[in-house]
Amino acid sequence: MRGTVAALIRKDLQLERRSFESVPAMLMFSISTFVLFHFGLDRGSLAGDLAAGVLWVTLLLAAVLGMNRLFVAEREQGGFDGFLMAPVDRTALFVAKAAVLFGFLVAVEVVAVPAFVILLLQPGIGQALPELLAVLLLADAGIAVVGTLIGALGVQTRARDLIIPLIALPLLVPVVIAAAEATAPLLAAGGANEFPVRWLGVLALYDAVFGLLAYAVFDFLLEE
Amino acid sequence: MATAAPAGSAPAVALEGVGRAYGERVALRDVSFTLPAGATVAVFGANGAGKTTLLRVLAGLLRPHAGRAIVLGAELPRESYRARGRTGLLAHEPLLYRDLTVRENLRFHARLHGVDGGRVDALVEQVGLSARGDDPVRTLSRGMTQRAAICRAVLHAPELLLLDEPLANLDPGGAEAVAPLIGRGTGPARVLISHDAEQGLAEADWVLGLRGGRQAIWAPAAGVTLADVRGLYA
Repeated sequence: MRGTVAALIRKDLQLERRSFESVPAMLMFSISTFVLFHFGLDRGSLAGDLAAGVLWVTLLLAAVLGMNRLFVAEREQGGFDGFLMAPVDRTALFVAKAAVLFGFLVAVEVVAVPAFVILLLQPGIGQALPELLAVLLLADAGIAVVGTLIGALGVQTRARDLIIPLIALPLLVPVVIAAAEATAPLLAAGGANEFPVRWLGVLALYDAVFGLLAYAVFDFLLEE
Repeated sequence: MATAAPAGSAPAVALEGVGRAYGERVALRDVSFTLPAGATVAVFGANGAGKTTLLRVLAGLLRPHAGRAIVLGAELPRESYRARGRTGLLAHEPLLYRDLTVRENLRFHARLHGVDGGRVDALVEQVGLSARGDDPVRTLSRGMTQRAAICRAVLHAPELLLLDEPLANLDPGGAEAVAPLIGRGTGPARVLISHDAEQGLAEADWVLGLRGGRQAIWAPAAGVTLADVRGLYA
């Protein structure tokens, strides 16, 4: 299966490099939203719960843009048919697409998080960077798993752009709660407070449960 | 005359009362035939007669809603995994990514099918696409895209070729170039959809005529006249 996953990832990265349909849109959305919050809240800087909430809601909504595009080439250019006729494990498509969405999220955050710090964050991140990276990676994994599952489901429908956020956002509420709770102390006004490790545990549990669930049901989503 | 299947070999396709519906609309009803290994059936019928649905059922992309469908010895959909990688589909759509080059598309499919990358270059050269092989598919003419799609369909040397208007958009030179890959006597059994009655009959061992999703003709090609085929479109 490893070779199939590698081939699928490579193909998706080539398509993104040629079309620039996902990552630039996600990035532009994130930065535009931070700018809107900057002016809309009429505050020069944020900290704590509010900063964490703004960061995670923005990243989640940006991720929805990526979910919407994740399977479009497969649907519109016959990728599903070509894949389904090949003698490969169908779960490879789930693994590859989740890895690609995870990669897209990381690529967006490499620029969007520093932009958030510059535009909105009062104390800066400072020494809390390793903890923030841990939260980002665990939350991205959960978003990628659920986003891939819902992306595959939604792309089969005519109202893809509507269906995907309507299903994905409620399912991702636990990720936003856990990620925001874990991030808020790191962004506290007086500098980073004690890191709530248990929220990392919640994120890891969410990733594991939805990862297994998605792995189990993805094959059926590909059936007509 | 029908090509005789090698003694003891299983038929390429065996359908018994196969039907398929899209919601309330029945696209295919009670279709039954057996296609020997290595033989060609030409499928004729007016638009909406069920030809493409039949092809997608045989490809394992649509489940039959009635009857029994066996492709290359695998009963669909229960054993469809056994037929995967052994059928080649040339559909209306080329099943190629428009932003990838011809070679990138074919290498991707070669990896999925476990085919050596060297075959990609050989096929690209054989169909006369060497000079455009590194261009994105979206920049190709329809005829060139069809050539690339044919390369994709035969890349893994399938035992059953499902061909929907394979010569559409091809100029005479293109048709000549792809003949050794998808033409008569190339090895695999073929299910060939065509609206060109003369050419279809010349290519076929058997003829399947569909009218309104029902099987109107199933006979050896030698026993079917042009008038019989044209009658399907009346």
